[in-house]
Amino acid sequence: MIDFARNVRLWFAPQEIGEEGRTPDYRFSLANERTFLAWLRTALALIGGGFAVDQFLPDLRWAWRVGLALALLAAGVLCSLRAVNHWVRCERAMRRGEDLPVSRFPALLSLAVAVVAVAMVVVVLARGNG
Amino acid sequence: MSGAGVSAAGARDPGLQPERTRLAWRRTTLSGTVAALLAGKTALHGGPSAVGVSVCAVCCALWLSFLAVAHHRIRTLSEADDAGPPPLAARYAAAAALCTVALAVCGTLLVL
Repeated sequence: MIDFARNVRLWFAPQEIGEEGRTPDYRFSLANERTFLAWLRTALALIGGGFAVDQFLPDLRWAWRVGLALALLAAGVLCSLRAVNHWVRCERAMRRGEDLPVSRFPALLSLAVAVVAVAMVVVVLARGNG
Repeated sequence: MSGAGVSAAGARDPGLQPERTRLAWRRTTLSGTVAALLAGKTALHGGPSAVGVSVCAVCCALWLSFLAVAHHRIRTLSEADDAGPPPLAARYAAAAALCTVALAVCGTLLVL
């Protein structure tokens, strides 16, 4: 969390990244940028999924509908914040010539998506029986 | 990643890195458009209300800001010389991510 706060400062002070270490090969920077954009697309897809649950499942009970939509929206927020944070950490590690940071976020995100998917299956089956 | 030392070989990067990055920005803009359209549909669902119209306007503004960031970055990528384009500035990365977060916050307001 303290690391995260320090990284947030770096988001808005790019010159501090620029002063550290050496500029890496531009291809590595561009690859890092594309990874960042891919995570941003994942976040946008989760947010779009949240809107879709709210809009296209009107028969669902209010608590389920709002709960699923909020879970997807919250996952989208986490995913986009993590995307920019991981981008800053990778950029800095490349400048300093360190190993790239490792992360357990992909595992956590896939578990969360699996939980939401199971919840959807339960909801659809419950509607079929009721 | 292709072999080392290719960037000095000539004007054309055999890995087409700037082009791939430009297309990644395009794809992300497209995803953002879909999310913003769904947000607009949610906001104006059940007839226009004051809250709905204002949230819809905020979503349009967020989409336009994202478009501006993407456009700026694509221009920078296309104007690059043999040394390769400069890396993405952190404030643009933060702006793109914050647009996404703000869209989700609008969504939370609409869903509740």
